[in-house]
Amino acid sequence: MSDNVVDLPLPGAAKPRDTTFEVVAADLTKAGRVKRRLTSRTATIASLVIAVIWTIPTFGLLLSSFRPEELIRTTGWWTVFQNPGFTLDNYRDVLFSSSSSAPQLGSYFVNSLAISIPATIFPLVLASMAAYAFAWIKFKWSGALFVFIFALQIVPIQMALIPLLQMFTTALQPMQEQIHAAIPIIPEDTYLQVWIAHTIFALPLAIFLLHNFISEIPSEVIEAAKVDGASHSQLFFQIVLPLALPAIASFAIFQFLWVWNDLLVALVFSGGTADVAPLTQRLAELSGNRGQDWQRLTAGAFVSLVVPLIVFFSLQRYFVRGLLAGSTKG
Amino acid sequence: MTTSDLIGKIIQVLVGLAAFAAVLGLVLFFIDRAPKKGRDVIQLVAFLLPAMILVAIGLVYPAIRTTITAFGDKAGNFIGLDNFVWMFTQPEALVTLRNTVIWVVLVPLVSTIVGLAYAVFIDKSRGERIYKALVFMPLAISFVGAGIIWKFVYEYRPAERDQIGLLNQILVWFGQEPVLWLQTEPINTLLLIVVLIWVETGFAMVVLSASIKGVPIEQLEAAELDGTNAWQRFRNVTLPSIRGGLVVVVTTITIATLKVFDIVRTMTGGNFNTSVVANEMYTQAFRAVQPGRGAALALILFVLVLPIVIYNVRVMRQQKEIR
Repeated sequence: MSDNVVDLPLPGAAKPRDTTFEVVAADLTKAGRVKRRLTSRTATIASLVIAVIWTIPTFGLLLSSFRPEELIRTTGWWTVFQNPGFTLDNYRDVLFSSSSSAPQLGSYFVNSLAISIPATIFPLVLASMAAYAFAWIKFKWSGALFVFIFALQIVPIQMALIPLLQMFTTALQPMQEQIHAAIPIIPEDTYLQVWIAHTIFALPLAIFLLHNFISEIPSEVIEAAKVDGASHSQLFFQIVLPLALPAIASFAIFQFLWVWNDLLVALVFSGGTADVAPLTQRLAELSGNRGQDWQRLTAGAFVSLVVPLIVFFSLQRYFVRGLLAGSTKG
Repeated sequence: MTTSDLIGKIIQVLVGLAAFAAVLGLVLFFIDRAPKKGRDVIQLVAFLLPAMILVAIGLVYPAIRTTITAFGDKAGNFIGLDNFVWMFTQPEALVTLRNTVIWVVLVPLVSTIVGLAYAVFIDKSRGERIYKALVFMPLAISFVGAGIIWKFVYEYRPAERDQIGLLNQILVWFGQEPVLWLQTEPINTLLLIVVLIWVETGFAMVVLSASIKGVPIEQLEAAELDGTNAWQRFRNVTLPSIRGGLVVVVTTITIATLKVFDIVRTMTGGNFNTSVVANEMYTQAFRAVQPGRGAALALILFVLVLPIVIYNVRVMRQQKEIR
């Protein structure tokens, strides 16, 4: 068949006079190329301007965080060549200084990590199990229940905060106190509430996205394993999880960044002490109470940005993929 | 932070992860050995129930409770629509609603347009990846971090001293007096909006850039042969074929804007008439101890989000049918 097929002109380009067509086309593209070069020059300038505007605020903050306190307070960062001077004192002060007025971000940094890592793992495991059940275990109301879970995404978490907090206070608080009594090194305020809250709020979207991915695994693969006598948990761990790993990875990046950057859930459930509260909460507090301490705010902001930026720049490809798949999360 | 604190925290995390793994492992171990008769049901329950219980106690029940709370006073007595009357009559609450409307109109509009223009400009250009990363970066930053970054840009110093905020310095370069940006109405709300636009443009750009790359190249070439100019091609070929991406972008940004909280909290705390619904909800419920009013505001948020989501779902369905 391929022998008879002439290179068909595209539907829109089909013109009766075939021989002149090519000449005209060549002319057009030449003119087009010139025009394109002109438009692309304006486009390049416009995109350069946008890129610069978008980068300058962050750059100014980064530069300032390395300038001595005296210079930050009296001169703009753009005068850095007239007023040179670089120091790491700001970072030393915000991270390690133990004076009571210092931000002491070191322990909040640890808190951010201690909150984010489990709060990424828990919902992902639970959601992939549920997604597997929705995709590969047949049961009554499966479809309806799945739509219901999907619909839960539209409940703003603001609606869930107060009742959830009340429940935690009555149910979890006594348990935490008992744990503290038994193992004194674990403080009364633990990460438990924040972990659970983040896990719950992540579940609807995670189930939805992972289901989309897991349900597209070819059914032959699943059936073959079933015939070989694999149980559901074997299927899940040995076939579904490895195959769904790319989707799980990109959602994991998302969930990690979302938890790391969260303020609202932390404000409500962390209690605000250095035992539990994450960086964002401490920084918001500093920005409100000590809004003039720019040597601390600039360095502190960058301490909080450094982990997301590393995650972002090293895993950008997965991040974009997750974004395109999950562009429904608010 | 002392070393024992740090050890305590690490132990906490490890204990948490270990407990989680142990419970799951036990459950999965036992369902594989469940009696043949009810095995299917038991397995289903084991896989599905943990997530379902969490969602039920953490989202479904609270949402219902909040809806009821919205119709009660401080003590929980039923007071009908009083909280909503408060919301739509008191000047300070009305300012909040007005601000939210301004946010919801401006943020999706501007960030989608800028994001789309940028995505078109840099499409297939040299250094596209770097261009993308620069505008995209704010998306990885927390709103709190973004708030501090921009507060620094808006920082004010009296005219006789050197400015340290970039925006006022630009004014000074043009011979103007510096302005106390965040205290000056109504410009302060607009300046807070700039922060969210700065964040969301990257999102719009990435999604739309992916849709632009999906526009059939044949159609674009055909249109070019027909003698159309770049703008006509964009208007008549590109724009219709990225409609799906546009809907996703606009709805997602709109919902994110409705829920915006951190930026307002960090930059002004909602003072100087900059509050929005999500921030006011927090203030009323957790600072002013007015759970009824807080719940009513949360409910309003839900009602505002609802039509957007319904529209989104309908567009998604239509597209599935076309395919």
